[in-house]
Amino acid sequence: MKVLVTENLRIDLDSESWECRHCGKVLIGARENYKRGLVVYDRDPRQIHKPLLDPVKFKLTFAPDPDWCRILEYYCPQCGTMMETEYLPPGHPPVRDIEFDIDALKAQWRHRPELSEAPVGREPPRRQSHDHSSHTPESRK
Amino acid sequence: MNDVHPPSAHQELMDRFLSQNRLFYGPDPLIIEDHRIGPRSAREAELLSQPVDPHQVNQVRGLVIAALDEGNTMIEQMGAAPGAKWGDLVVAIYTAAGDLSMIAPHGVVGFAACCHYPIKFILKYWTDEPTVGVREGDGFIHNDARYGGIHNTDQSMMMPLFWNGKLVAWLSATVHEGENGSCEPGGMPAAAESKFDEGLKMPPFKVVENFHIRRDLQTFLQNSVRDPKLQFEDMKVKLHAVLRLRERMLRILAEHGEEALIVTLRKNLEDVVEEVRRRIAELPDGTTRVVAFPDSTLRENVLLKLNMAITVKGDRMTIDMRGSSPEIINRSINTNLASFKTMLFTGYLQNIWPDLPQCMAVFTPLDFLFDANSLVHGSFDTPQAMSLIPLFKAMTIACIPMAKLGYMLPHRYTATVAPGYDQPATLIYGGLTQNGENVGNFCADINGMGQGGRAHRDGEHSVSPPFAAHCDLGEIELMEEEIPIVRLGAFTLTKDRVGFGKFRSGMGYEQIATFRRSGLWGFMTGCCGSLFSSSQPLFGGYGSPAYPLCKVKGIDIFEELKKNPEGIKFDIIDLMNRQPIRGATYSTHDMGMTFELAAPGELYMMCQGAGGGYGDVLLRDPVAVMTDIEEDLISHDTARDIYKVAFDPVSLIVDQEGTLRLRESERRARIARGVPFDAFVQDWVTPEPPAAVPFCGSWDDPAVIYGVHAGQRVKMAADKLAGMFMLNPKDVRIARLEQELKAARGDCTPSD
Repeated sequence: MKVLVTENLRIDLDSESWECRHCGKVLIGARENYKRGLVVYDRDPRQIHKPLLDPVKFKLTFAPDPDWCRILEYYCPQCGTMMETEYLPPGHPPVRDIEFDIDALKAQWRHRPELSEAPVGREPPRRQSHDHSSHTPESRK
Repeated sequence: MNDVHPPSAHQELMDRFLSQNRLFYGPDPLIIEDHRIGPRSAREAELLSQPVDPHQVNQVRGLVIAALDEGNTMIEQMGAAPGAKWGDLVVAIYTAAGDLSMIAPHGVVGFAACCHYPIKFILKYWTDEPTVGVREGDGFIHNDARYGGIHNTDQSMMMPLFWNGKLVAWLSATVHEGENGSCEPGGMPAAAESKFDEGLKMPPFKVVENFHIRRDLQTFLQNSVRDPKLQFEDMKVKLHAVLRLRERMLRILAEHGEEALIVTLRKNLEDVVEEVRRRIAELPDGTTRVVAFPDSTLRENVLLKLNMAITVKGDRMTIDMRGSSPEIINRSINTNLASFKTMLFTGYLQNIWPDLPQCMAVFTPLDFLFDANSLVHGSFDTPQAMSLIPLFKAMTIACIPMAKLGYMLPHRYTATVAPGYDQPATLIYGGLTQNGENVGNFCADINGMGQGGRAHRDGEHSVSPPFAAHCDLGEIELMEEEIPIVRLGAFTLTKDRVGFGKFRSGMGYEQIATFRRSGLWGFMTGCCGSLFSSSQPLFGGYGSPAYPLCKVKGIDIFEELKKNPEGIKFDIIDLMNRQPIRGATYSTHDMGMTFELAAPGELYMMCQGAGGGYGDVLLRDPVAVMTDIEEDLISHDTARDIYKVAFDPVSLIVDQEGTLRLRESERRARIARGVPFDAFVQDWVTPEPPAAVPFCGSWDDPAVIYGVHAGQRVKMAADKLAGMFMLNPKDVRIARLEQELKAARGDCTPSD
């Protein structure tokens, strides 16, 4: 029984392990922090959110300040998919973002069917068009 | 031996004396810290112990919702406040005990989690107070969020509903009015250094008797704000919306009986509690976490950590905000915990469980943990006029830990979505209009935020604010008739300022504003995210960029347009980089700008932002990347550098094999540059925050909190937080300039 946990991660409840959903790589034990099974890169945010204003003319350019903000990119060590990203100040401990009670998870999934793809879900209802016709007196006649 | 033990009769006398002679009815922590619905009243218990006709409940619910919708629409049509015109309002109904049961279906959902607090205050303190009382025809006004609410720009009109002489329900209308007499126009002063700079601070008090507004009290309120016309008109608008709602309720009571209304209101709450417990129980037991970093107090740049952990165990959910930044006693960005919970609630009903009935019961099954005297549980004496800084984060960050809890479920209540943009990115204005009226308020651009990417499609552009899916941008022409602001190049989507991902975020748009025909006009902005990205990504996407405030000063754009109409393009990047107007001063600033007077024709420019991207950029369909280019959302460079798509730059036809090669090469490069986590952490993690960055909040241990007090880094125990005091930024700047001057003159020059 495999349980989908994110767009990129799943847990194999039988072997109690985190796996990459893209290549099947067994990353680490399910009771561990899954990030320990990945490789990480400290990305200068200016490489992604590039300065759009001339940095010679302006200090603020639409790029985050690399002394305040870094992007940690987590990759699958086998297929190179970017599994997670974290925006943190330099040196801030990475957050243990998922910590499940694996025994409870096993009990919960004992009677649930296995899913290979996550369902999409309904979107909330929205107006079909954006106009103000309903505000006019004529439309109320 | 010095202990005094008065006889019990004396003690009773003393207790009675104290209860009858209270000096001041301030905000009541027992009310404000209790977000749950109250117990059933005796009448509710009696009625619900009997068989309930679900068809009648459904019918009554439908009638009540229709009446609420009518009241809401009345305010949208008649309200004077800009907020009323775009839908920043709500009409609501409560049980007799003041538990909020239903709101108008296109009202602001956040109000469903806070409008009950002032009613509970009225019930507790004014019902039996001989000088006040609660009678048929009474109406109560309120705006101070310390007594419950989102923030002090919102004013409510609350009215008890009597039937056969008995109180059976409460009715209310709430509108974001804006101007409230604060130290800066518009009601959200970033410059407030104490709560006494915030303007009107109304605890709930009676302003309507016999269904009429008391003119003496109304005059007092008009005399306390910059815009007496707004205050006058909207008090009447709210009252008459509530009176219409009252008429409808009286018809329901006549047709279905009071029992049906009482049962419907209570059952709506109890059914929601049961459903939320069921939804929590289907989530996995465990904890998911996220951190967020607003980067400004709106007076100076400081990293303010918000630390969130959501724990599920069985049908209980606990939201733990301990480890967040301490409060700041002379900055206006603190919030009280009830307002913070209200906006967390908003995030749940906008992004996670949007299908639930909108009532306060949604959070009844949830527990919360806060550090007292933190930024998100500020003490009542802290200024909170710009609480939107933590509150806007509250509406978005739970998307991430809730997605990590809920992704596995066999069914969804809505699509999984990355956080939307979470800054109130709009110009706040004040001054004298072309019609000779004093005003202060803010522009509807606050409603144009980009949505985060979703599990199945891209985020919507400029879709809504995080607090209300139904809010509108209003009519620009109408705005220009009433205030001297002129919009130049508005609504152009912010090219390349995207949360990149498998499904990209929706984008914000550029706002370029100036004014004319006023001799006294100015602007302020109250956002963070100019240094540290504001919107966070989900599942391996990227967040939003950072956004500066841009100004072009020292010119009159209307004169320039006469001289050179073809040479000026209203595009922020082009204007700032090309600098086509001679003699102008071009500058960038962080988006925390206190009110400043401008000259006619000067340009103030900012952006509504993008949400977070969803998923790995290398998984984005290359054809969708080309569509982004066609729609002028991204540049060719972004398509190549970020998405790694090979394409013909003229035809935009994708080179599929070339793209596969580029992406495979990038995957290999990632593996090569990535460091195993344990080794990375050893090298990356520092024992303390960077010395050069003012940092507030926990670092590696939620029990130890860093802060900045009077310019110095301090360290506190989380359970003994003390408010921080910030230096006046002008004093800091003067000291720095004096130092530079001294160095330039040489050390031997005597000091002043």
